Amino acid sequence: MSLRVLKPGMLSTFQDLGRTGFQHLGVPTAGAMDRRAHQLANLLVGNDMSAATLEMTLTGATIEFDVPCCIAITGANLNPCINDQPAPMNRPLVMRAGDRLSFGSRSFGARTYLAVHGGYTLAPVLASNSTYLRSGIGGFNGRALKKDDQIDLNIPLTNSTLDDLAQDLWNIRIYLPAAITISPRERVRIIKSNQWPDFTPESCAAMLTEAFRISPDSERMGYRLTGPKLSLTQPRQMISEATTFGTIQVPADGQPIVLMADTQTTGGYPKIAYVATVDLPRLAQMAPGDYLKFEAVTLFEAQRRDLARQQAFETLAQTLTPINNLLATHASVTE
Amino acid sequence: MSLDFGDDISSVTGRICLRAAAALRSASLPGVIDITPSFNSVALQYTPQAKSKPDSACAFDELSETVRAVLKEGLPELDDHSRVVDIPVCYGGQYGPDLDEVCARTGLTSEQVVKQHTGNLGMVFMLGFAPGLPYIGVHDAVFAIPRRDTPRTAVPAGSVAIANRQTTIYPNLLPGGWHIIGATPLQMFDVNQTPPSRLMPGDQVKFISITPEQYEHLKQHPRPIA
Repeated sequence: MSLRVLKPGMLSTFQDLGRTGFQHLGVPTAGAMDRRAHQLANLLVGNDMSAATLEMTLTGATIEFDVPCCIAITGANLNPCINDQPAPMNRPLVMRAGDRLSFGSRSFGARTYLAVHGGYTLAPVLASNSTYLRSGIGGFNGRALKKDDQIDLNIPLTNSTLDDLAQDLWNIRIYLPAAITISPRERVRIIKSNQWPDFTPESCAAMLTEAFRISPDSERMGYRLTGPKLSLTQPRQMISEATTFGTIQVPADGQPIVLMADTQTTGGYPKIAYVATVDLPRLAQMAPGDYLKFEAVTLFEAQRRDLARQQAFETLAQTLTPINNLLATHASVTE
Repeated sequence: MSLDFGDDISSVTGRICLRAAAALRSASLPGVIDITPSFNSVALQYTPQAKSKPDSACAFDELSETVRAVLKEGLPELDDHSRVVDIPVCYGGQYGPDLDEVCARTGLTSEQVVKQHTGNLGMVFMLGFAPGLPYIGVHDAVFAIPRRDTPRTAVPAGSVAIANRQTTIYPNLLPGGWHIIGATPLQMFDVNQTPPSRLMPGDQVKFISITPEQYEHLKQHPRPIA
């Protein structure tokens, strides 16, 4: 009852909503870069939104299943295939024993999420299945997947009724509300920090008008941006304080760094702004070499949109209960 | 949400942050998932909740009001919460390759450095940079030395290092620019223990000088974290 990794892809790690509650001990939360896609994948297979999914970066993994199960693929479009036939994204799909999931070239985004009904059998570390690579903790043995890794599935499906199940799942209409889809916007919304006025007027103007490029050494810990040099009106001795997913800090070289899911818990650089939580998924789907522009919104506006997305997810979870019911009747009872 | 309590690194400001963090933690605020104290601020990470009152502008305003109310109640005394944790350190030699340089920079003999470092309790202001890595201070002004010009790419686990009137202890192999004056045989962080970190924000730390023999003995007979 497991899946086997035939090809691991560039960077494939298990992630959930993050290892919260330990940041005061210096433990980074890690977690899915694109929480939106992660949550959606889980809902589509009848899981709790906090279950671990497999996050695959830029290139997908090739995976063979030795038991029937139900999967969903969300996030970046890496052209998924099942047994070399194109497979749809954002839908529950039935996999049969021996089926192989693979991915082709990248047509949109940077990170794809794979959820499986019932979840993967992993050993939680500090109450989370998120992989934090720097400390080698969480997920599957604290590391990215390698060829021939074998990961057990918690709830395989029964073999006898798979055709019925596949048809029943296919008949379920899935409508994704606008708050949950990624609209192609050029601008990433930010909230000005309380240190915003410490930057020169030219820097503040550049932040909201100029394009920034995501540099090649950007990864789960942070995106380094190249663009106009941002500077403080006067040098300031910064004292380390808490940082979070979305903090935009500006080191002495004036090139901003957006801290991402694997951010350290504290940092000592001036912070010019914070990316609105609702736009972190958009950022997570950008790749090195992509350009982006920022747009300032109020905290009020940012929180309104974040809450709207949360509520859209809750509503979606309600409308997808037929999936849960279907899968529950097809789950294999193990002794 | 970040609460700022000053703009300096001092035990006075640090204590206020730690007391505020303790008060907010025991208040179990709805939606708050992490409370991270640092030298002069306390950060609250929260998931915006639906407004409970129609007249509040947003989740931030509502949480601010709750936080103000909690802090107005008064802050718990830190001494009720803080523990004194002994950290045995083998100073100098292969354990503290920068001890000689610290002597040169401070004008102290190695005995005097050890005496200074073990003489007073330090307070854990915060943990950060890596899981279980503490910032302990504020030490005597004699230890007001900047970090190394060129950081090391790999500092061994257990290294006890100083800079800017503070001490840190590297919980595992990490890059680092502080001056290594010794090493502790204690494991500082282990995800399989509860709590996973030997040191907590607000702990008082007493460094105790040990011999290489004692170091090796403790290394072979590990002391559990809790």
